[in-house]
Amino acid sequence: MNRYPLWKNLLILTVVACGIYYAAPNLYAPDPALQIAGASSAQQIDERIMRRAEEALTDAGIGFFGETLQAQGKSALLRLSDREQQLRAQAVLARELGDGFIVALNLAPTTPDWLVQGGASPMKLGLDLSGGVHFKLEVDVEAATERKMGQYETAIKKRLREERIRGRLSLDGRRVVMQFRSEEDREAARREVVDLYPELFLDRVDGDDIWALHADVTDQTIKEVIDYAVAQNLTTMRNRVNELGVSEPLVQRQGQNRIVVELPGIQDTAEAKRILGKVANLQFRLVAEANAPVSERQKFEYRSPDRGGITEWLERDVIITGESVSNAQAGFDQNGQPKVLISLDGEGGMLMSRATRANIKRRMGVLFIERKYKTRYELNEAGEEVVTRIPLDEKKLLTAPVIQSALGAQFQITGLDNPAEASELALMLRAGALAAPITFVEERTVGPSLGAENIELGMKSVQVGLALVVLFMAAYYRVFGVAAVLALSANLVLLVGIMSVLGATLTLPGIAGIVLTVGMAVDANVLIFSRIREEIKKGSSPQTAIDTGFDRALVTIVDANITTLIVAIILYAIGTGPIKGFAVTLSVGIMTSMFSAIMGTRALVNLIYGGRRVKALSIGGVARVADEQAGASA
Amino acid sequence: MKALPFMKWRWLAVAFSATAILSAIVSLSIKELNWGLDFTGGTLVEVAYSESADLSAIRKVLEREGYDGAIVVSFGTDRDVLVRLPDGYSDQQGALMVDRLRANTDMDVELRRIEFVGPQVGDELRDDGGIAMLTALGLVMLYVAFRFQIKFALGAVIALAHDVIFTLGFFSLTGLEFDLTVLAALLAVVGYSLNDTIVVSDRIRENLRIIRRASPGEVIDVSLTETLGRTLVTSLTTLLVLAALALLGGEMIFGFAVALLVGVAIGTYSSIYIAATTLLQLKVSKADVMIPEREGADQEGLLP
Repeated sequence: MNRYPLWKNLLILTVVACGIYYAAPNLYAPDPALQIAGASSAQQIDERIMRRAEEALTDAGIGFFGETLQAQGKSALLRLSDREQQLRAQAVLARELGDGFIVALNLAPTTPDWLVQGGASPMKLGLDLSGGVHFKLEVDVEAATERKMGQYETAIKKRLREERIRGRLSLDGRRVVMQFRSEEDREAARREVVDLYPELFLDRVDGDDIWALHADVTDQTIKEVIDYAVAQNLTTMRNRVNELGVSEPLVQRQGQNRIVVELPGIQDTAEAKRILGKVANLQFRLVAEANAPVSERQKFEYRSPDRGGITEWLERDVIITGESVSNAQAGFDQNGQPKVLISLDGEGGMLMSRATRANIKRRMGVLFIERKYKTRYELNEAGEEVVTRIPLDEKKLLTAPVIQSALGAQFQITGLDNPAEASELALMLRAGALAAPITFVEERTVGPSLGAENIELGMKSVQVGLALVVLFMAAYYRVFGVAAVLALSANLVLLVGIMSVLGATLTLPGIAGIVLTVGMAVDANVLIFSRIREEIKKGSSPQTAIDTGFDRALVTIVDANITTLIVAIILYAIGTGPIKGFAVTLSVGIMTSMFSAIMGTRALVNLIYGGRRVKALSIGGVARVADEQAGASA
Repeated sequence: MKALPFMKWRWLAVAFSATAILSAIVSLSIKELNWGLDFTGGTLVEVAYSESADLSAIRKVLEREGYDGAIVVSFGTDRDVLVRLPDGYSDQQGALMVDRLRANTDMDVELRRIEFVGPQVGDELRDDGGIAMLTALGLVMLYVAFRFQIKFALGAVIALAHDVIFTLGFFSLTGLEFDLTVLAALLAVVGYSLNDTIVVSDRIRENLRIIRRASPGEVIDVSLTETLGRTLVTSLTTLLVLAALALLGGEMIFGFAVALLVGVAIGTYSSIYIAATTLLQLKVSKADVMIPEREGADQEGLLP
């Protein structure tokens, strides 16, 4: 008895082998590297640029290797021989290549090909281990709501005036209050408001000679407003983060109105904040007529690389700016052609209609304005080099459609080539529009030396902790202890392998989770072994003791682990950042430790003792008892 | 094996726990916790000087620059300095302060970390933490009531609450900083202590079913004696790795490791005394654990 069928042994071997395969990439330390990309998406990186970069590094005496072009020449990677020189190398390259390129710090994986082919990759390091900045931004919900209320008020006012309905309008929190002199006026107004904004909740209130109508914004609408404001900010943030030159940034919504931005490798938080907090903008201007004097017109390039080099002359006068744009959405018109629907606030709509009424069949250009920085290197009086960054507004043309009719608070741009172009245009219009204001509510910066130190300390405590457990188990449970330790090692390998496959981020609490799992994973084995010892004491034969011991411990192990799993899941659900990492480690650890203790240890014990006559088990403590029994029966 | 008379001494254990819990509650209400930055909000800056740093000089510099309420302490070594600003400084101040510190010394000042937590985040975290703790206790109680019986669930939850309050009291009395990682550790303590309690409860249930002609007190004594070896070995291995973590893991993980050390130690004790004593007081009996055949069939199905 106590023999596993071959397939079961093979299954365990396969699982452990997979674990080793997927955990292996973590053994290869990444190379410090620099990633070069064009500041605009049209910029290609070619051999000539690479040679310039290589020469600059050689001149500065910085060792490098393994330079490769990536993503069809959109970016390039240079590996450095020495991590200490990464920052200096970045400065050297940024200077050599100029503002047309972004040079980002990067850690290039050194996973060998035979691992990459199977999809194996190392775990990412959290900010507390790699160094970098973590920001939490909060979108100002009040401001977004107020803006929306303002839009309701202006639009309703305008509609009532157009329909010649006389009344007074005012705002009261999330309510538009309308007062009329007669019931007929109120009913007429009511019809118009329902037509204009079906989502408003209307209520008639009668006073002395005053017929009032209250239009309340529902919580659902407010939620949509907030969602919209957050989504818009999220898009803007993503665009801006790309400018910062970070190789693996994270921009993520958290909760109702928060945005988390993580920038590994960034040290200069002031710079990061300046870029994240800046305001992009839009301008709507008429395309200048051919005979307009040069003093009244300006030339702009298209932003899209597909129309690189094409320019248009626009008038100097600005019709409206991005502040008036409240929404832009891609969609399809009646003929199924892609279009972008633009909504303006009341004042913007008025200005737009005034400007377009007289200019039908002319074209209108939409400019996208981004604040960029120009870097200058100067020597000060002391002869030291000073780096200054001069702000520079870059204005590029998004589109220049023909005005078909007088435009109002809502109009659409049609004649777009494909849906992708429409959604890109809508995205840029939204990014340029003034989103709800944001504030920084949390910020954590970890210097690179602290990150490296955290890795070192974490690893050392894992090693020491594991060594102590190994010694103890072997001393206390002898041969069984060794089997448990082997299963424990398999557990560790599986844990690391699964976390790598899941793409989990390794944080300091995550390492602590691994250590804790090692300590607790022993528990299942201990439960089994003490059951076996008990069985032997009761006088069972060694083989029966093994079988019964494993069987009877099973229910206890499952119950105990499921309850712990419940706690881990709650931790994951409510926790943020590092705590989530800890919860993931704990949950995966519980599952792998159940597998390794129940299946792994059993397989090893079966291999050692199974299928033959055994006099005594080497399980410590009771071995003596077993010997006595053997002696007595002889 | 002869059963050890655990339950005979239970009033001593109850007296110890009652005193400990009472002092913990008194300390928590008077001293409260030394809330970390995660919960209070504010700014924390850690810098490393190239040589040993003069704390009083740094305090003077900060005072002169107008950083009221700044707390300056050394962190780990005498070259590492931790400055904590109370809530109310803007998110820019951390980086500015490092510049000021650099301008006021000849030594190299290396930025180790800056943490800024706005006031709205802090309160939220504290509330979420409390809710998580209660949810965890509630769900665990449900699971145990479902798998075992309501008396066992009460025993488990009382033991868990005991461990959490004890550990909180420990942090309150020693004035160790209570941050987000300590909160995570506390939840892990719940998980661990639960593990222990379930193992003991499982044995008590089993023995209640198979041992005839014994009082519940005697059955509990036998069960505790049988599981004692396992309880001690598991706690020992866990405490070994936690000690390694506390001693070698560095300052950022120290609070986490200490919370777990205290929690695991007290969790081991509570699964022996608190959970079992509660069961006895609730007059657990054979009738509570007699379960229809179906349960047995269930367990067969779980075999590998």
